[in-house]
Amino acid sequence: MDAFSYVRPADVAEAVRAGGASDARYIGGGTNLLDLMKGNVERAGTLVDLTKLPLADVTPIDGGGVRIGALVRNSDLASHAEVRKRYPLLSAALLNGASQQLRNMATVGGNLMQRTRCHYFTDIGFAACNKRKPGSGCAAIGGFNRQHAILGASPSCIATNPSDMNVALAALEAVVRVQGPNGERRIAFEDFHRLPGDTPERDTNLAPGELITSIDLPANGFAAHWHYLKVRDRASFAFALVAVAAALDIDDAGTVRDARIALGGVAHKPWRARETEKQLIGKRLDADLLATAANAAVADAKPHRDNAFKMKLAPAAIVRATRIAGGLA
Amino acid sequence: MGSVAAIATCAALHEPAGAQARAASPSAARAKDIEPRQVRLNVNGRPHDLSIEPRVTLLDALRDYLGMMGTKKGCDRGQCGACTVLVDGRRINACLTLAIMHEGAKIATVEGLAGDRDLSPLQAAFVERDAFQCGYCTPGQLCAATALVDELRAGEPSAVTDLRAATKPEVTDEEIRERMSGNLCRCGAYPNIVAAIRDVATSDLSKHRS
Repeated sequence: MDAFSYVRPADVAEAVRAGGASDARYIGGGTNLLDLMKGNVERAGTLVDLTKLPLADVTPIDGGGVRIGALVRNSDLASHAEVRKRYPLLSAALLNGASQQLRNMATVGGNLMQRTRCHYFTDIGFAACNKRKPGSGCAAIGGFNRQHAILGASPSCIATNPSDMNVALAALEAVVRVQGPNGERRIAFEDFHRLPGDTPERDTNLAPGELITSIDLPANGFAAHWHYLKVRDRASFAFALVAVAAALDIDDAGTVRDARIALGGVAHKPWRARETEKQLIGKRLDADLLATAANAAVADAKPHRDNAFKMKLAPAAIVRATRIAGGLA
Repeated sequence: MGSVAAIATCAALHEPAGAQARAASPSAARAKDIEPRQVRLNVNGRPHDLSIEPRVTLLDALRDYLGMMGTKKGCDRGQCGACTVLVDGRRINACLTLAIMHEGAKIATVEGLAGDRDLSPLQAAFVERDAFQCGYCTPGQLCAATALVDELRAGEPSAVTDLRAATKPEVTDEEIRERMSGNLCRCGAYPNIVAAIRDVATSDLSKHRS
């Protein structure tokens, strides 16, 4: 790794001041940042260590929801009694990510900020990567692209966001609270991550120097009808080829009142299958409805040479996850 | 020849970007900060005062500065688990964290698992079950498994635990394999590693959940 200086602020204001320098980077668990710095993909003049900030609690908030401090470790959040009980979808997604060692290090703020990436991004031996070097091209388009996006991609980038946690947070419609040089703001989860467009070097809509302080969950955790399904090349410790977070609100008559279907492994950001959701709401779940609604999720999808299997895998995974969530399986 | 040329090309490609990043930074104040810093690490119950740059990982601090070679450097990228150590009782990859971030923490390595005379229960079980061949991954496997037993005792779930059930996770091979997925063994000693962990975890849970 190239040399960098290091500061360890004790409060958020001090951290935001230090993080405002153009070559400063925040570090929480460091599991993604240090990995990328070792590969000379990321660089920092100063690392601002956030781990001593008082942001490591899970607390109730007005409206019946829960506030998750940005420094809560992924493993602690997955095991947290209140989260397991009220937001089991989030626990399940977290437990499906990485290894126990990495979950013990990784913070929830850092999980949000991990780079959307592919192997051409992480290997500087490939000259073409618009995300790493804007304007240089995309080696994945026309390269080996089994892992890559089928939805929301652009001619500049087809990388996928590898987070499992993010897929659950998209389904739960979390809100990201951030503190910046100009004060605090709240960002709806949908608006936090970006599609690549022609600026794939930007994964999120955070402004320079902004610091995530918490993730706020709304009161409804869909604890009665949920499922997280991750399909990957090996049984554990691998990124998703396709992941599905399914959350349903079903009334006593069996009618779907609300449906949240979010996908991982298919796009540059956690992907809400809005059309699928729309087709489920107001209906009773059955096999025909599910098949039609699931296929709607890939109606606008564009496969590449090695990932066309996701065109079938994604709807099949939606069907299975939704069946389990709905108590049909 | 070919590979030497390739390496040279990579270095040449990388250098301008690095130089650019350095040029863009406020260098005068920074150069001072990058001087080695005094860092006290508590390893296996003993304090060690080190003079290290911020970029030194916990793994390199243990091996290169403290000469504690038990913790192994495998991939150095958080994928193999050979560098697993315990920090305040939690297992982490020492390669993906900075030593300076762990001032004041209690760090335990494989050298600290045994008592003065006796092996730890897991070390004894690894011997009993022949849970290694070359042994390179073993320190990481032992540290990870030590934490695994604590996590099971605390009832912490894994990806294969039924989250809909109110019960605590049980000691099954499926649970052990999932919970040990961050530790690779190139010799393929997995069946015996699982058996050794099963012995210790089963006995531990029967003691604590009776």
